[in-house]
Amino acid sequence: MKLDSKIPSGPLAEKWTKHKFDLKLVSPANKRKYKIIIVGTGLAGGSAAATLAELGYNVSVFCYQDSPRRAHSIAAQGGINAAKNYQNDGDSVWRLFYDTIKGGDFRSREANTYRLAEVSSNIIDQCVAQGVPFAREYGGLLANRSFGGAQVSRTFYARGQTGQQLLLGAYSALSRQIGKGQVKMFPRSEMLELVVVDGHAKGIVVRNMITGEITSHSADAIVLATGGYGNVFYLSTNAKGCNVTAAYRAYKQGALFANPCYTQIHPTCIPKSGDYQSKLTLMSESLRNDGRIWVPKKKGDTRPPNEIPEDERDYYLERKYPSFGNLAPRDISSRSAKEVCDEGRGVGETGQGVYLDFSDAIKRLGEDVIRDRYGNLFQMYERITGEDPYKVPMRIYPASHYTMGGLWVDYNLESNIPGLFVIGEANFSDHGANRLGASALMQGLADGYFVLPYTIGNYLARAGYGPPGTDHAEFKRGESEAQNKIKKLLSINGKRSADSFHRELGNIMWEYCGMARNEAGLKKALELIPALREEFWQNVKVAGENEELNQSLELAGRVADFLEFAEIMCWDALTREESCGAHFREEYQTEEGEALRNDKKYAYVSCWEYKGVGAKPELHKEPLEFENVELATRSYK
Amino acid sequence: MNLTLYVWRQKNAQDKGHMETYEARDVSPHMSFLEMLDVVNEQLLLDGKEPIAFDHDCREGICGMCSMTINGIPHGPEKGTTVCQLHMRHFHDGDKIYIEPWRARAFPVVKDLIVDRTAFDRIMQAGGFISVNTGGTPDANTIPISKKAADTAMDAAACIGCGACVAACKNASAMLFVSAKVSHLVNLPQGKIEAAERVRKMVAQMDKEGFGNCTNYDECEAVCPKEIPVKFIAQMNREFLKAKFKK
Repeated sequence: MKLDSKIPSGPLAEKWTKHKFDLKLVSPANKRKYKIIIVGTGLAGGSAAATLAELGYNVSVFCYQDSPRRAHSIAAQGGINAAKNYQNDGDSVWRLFYDTIKGGDFRSREANTYRLAEVSSNIIDQCVAQGVPFAREYGGLLANRSFGGAQVSRTFYARGQTGQQLLLGAYSALSRQIGKGQVKMFPRSEMLELVVVDGHAKGIVVRNMITGEITSHSADAIVLATGGYGNVFYLSTNAKGCNVTAAYRAYKQGALFANPCYTQIHPTCIPKSGDYQSKLTLMSESLRNDGRIWVPKKKGDTRPPNEIPEDERDYYLERKYPSFGNLAPRDISSRSAKEVCDEGRGVGETGQGVYLDFSDAIKRLGEDVIRDRYGNLFQMYERITGEDPYKVPMRIYPASHYTMGGLWVDYNLESNIPGLFVIGEANFSDHGANRLGASALMQGLADGYFVLPYTIGNYLARAGYGPPGTDHAEFKRGESEAQNKIKKLLSINGKRSADSFHRELGNIMWEYCGMARNEAGLKKALELIPALREEFWQNVKVAGENEELNQSLELAGRVADFLEFAEIMCWDALTREESCGAHFREEYQTEEGEALRNDKKYAYVSCWEYKGVGAKPELHKEPLEFENVELATRSYK
Repeated sequence: MNLTLYVWRQKNAQDKGHMETYEARDVSPHMSFLEMLDVVNEQLLLDGKEPIAFDHDCREGICGMCSMTINGIPHGPEKGTTVCQLHMRHFHDGDKIYIEPWRARAFPVVKDLIVDRTAFDRIMQAGGFISVNTGGTPDANTIPISKKAADTAMDAAACIGCGACVAACKNASAMLFVSAKVSHLVNLPQGKIEAAERVRKMVAQMDKEGFGNCTNYDECEAVCPKEIPVKFIAQMNREFLKAKFKK
């Protein structure tokens, strides 16, 4: 299979401008003749839906929540990056581009990453015009903070609720178009199949989550904005409903899945407290600005933290990375926490935790200053754990947070199936092997507001309008596939809940395909997953029937897809015999335990093609070419 | 701890609905309220009974999806807390807990504890926005906005649209929700341009959806998980009156 990334020629800084001119346009009078389907209403889907409707296209939007305002972008706390250089501290498009591509350990495309940095400024302008209440200085101008180890202050924020405020901005723009009748909104609707007609994506099959009705919807182009697959680990910072089904169904129809093994584990989450745990909660990374991370030097030290004297504590990040200390990037911090816990020095009842201690900062700055900076986070921590972080150190542990991998797309954000576009976290395109803090919001909105609306026109202008009728055989095939799967799930009537299978799958993935991976473990996972999948299809118990609101059926369908998808992740991790970014293979590390990249052999995007359930997918490679940056070794020492 | 739960069960919108009793055994104080229900549901499923349907998603208190009335209080007894962030350490062994859906004519029950809140979306579609298209906007620092105005706008914008305010109000009024959006936008210079039209349209839609009027009991503020203050209702009333004279 020939993979054409369609990266425009010319100097890096001029590619996007040149490309925008080269793209074909749909004339204003013709736009209303086209219909576009968008699945997902987070930052990417919501902003794309609003923008395409403003341009005059007819848009249908689907989401599984009861309202488009609830997509999980809403939970992002920290902020959004933009190369505005408002702080006069030397930021530029080039610096944001370089930080992003370096942060991704040189595993993303130069052209995509540069474009992301280039449009970042427009996003802030757009959001302010919509009324997003970003934090401001006393003079009335916008405030910024530094984030995730960046050396400039380029992060815009709205208290600890930046994702919420940006999403409400996109949601308000979307609502305006729904009110005008330009967007047709289908909440509580779950996409179950992608329909491809004559090689082009032309529709989807959807289940109405209230009535159970299965319906087909056709369009001239399909946009997936369905988020990441972090819930493959069961416990993650994702919402409970986040799932891989839409992307995985597209994969089964021939779309390539790129870099599935790049999964980001966030270092500062509240640790698990028991087997009933349903999700993990993230504590903003900004806490690492003032908190010091440590564990006892002695194994199995069960003394309360205040009884462990200073010289018996190991501030391991400060020890190993003296220049970045507690602000070392996410992947490095997460791995170090796992190491000390694996050594038996973890804290808390489960031994799966490290201290994040504010006592020095409180001594230095006073409790009031700390309260002012982190009050809402401390409150959230206390609410969940019942412990007061002003008095005892917080306990934190890494958790699955974001997935850099996703469906393969070219520079136009179009997958290898013509007419299928993938935006936001659901695609693989901009973050390489590791995403920097405050860059997910930036990418979601860049794709939806400023990239897709241009590139999709190019496809539509060439493909023409007039989608096939939903009585086409391919739609009927999709519908019966979806119905058969549901019937099968309801008929098994076994002895285990879908949730218990999901937990077991999560344990396998966390153990063998989590923060650190090795050949033997991945091979073991590739034996355990099919066995678990087999048991699932013989022993799962699903309550009720299809023709009603049935949460146990919804969950079972999603878990069934995770049970197939998990294998591609393991294949990808197994074949990538290097360590890069969030993908750490224990066999490939320096003597000091740092990631060892292999640019000669692995500077490519792994793109996996479906070959049947349980069969090894076929690997295609898109080589990554670097003309503008030198492939350096990341060092945060 | 062991608890007795009295839970509202209703098969669908047409069903009349009834309370049913369940025992929750060996509940850990560290569980969240929803995790306690997960455990009850797991047992129901394995016993061949239908699990209790309830809305939830992010489970970190921000998406606004979770919605249940616990012992008569929307989101339960903890102030400023969504039910997903409510933990069992606030309950005691032997407690009897009554769990019901939001009750309001404009929020019809879909199933068990799940209600239809699309009325809120329709109010937003009527006018809860600033009419700008993507692109062509001025540089973000062109209009300075005082920190105080931006902070007030943010206080109002923090609303998560859960609907607890409606559930708590004896009139099932949506005034706190609507005023949060009206105040968020009117406190910013960008939002002033369409202020009159916005408040008129949103209030008209609110009435059309069948929400009641505000009679200043302030129950909404007391249960709001984001502690949105009722002063915004006063601001909306002022804006509404101003808009009347502009006609």
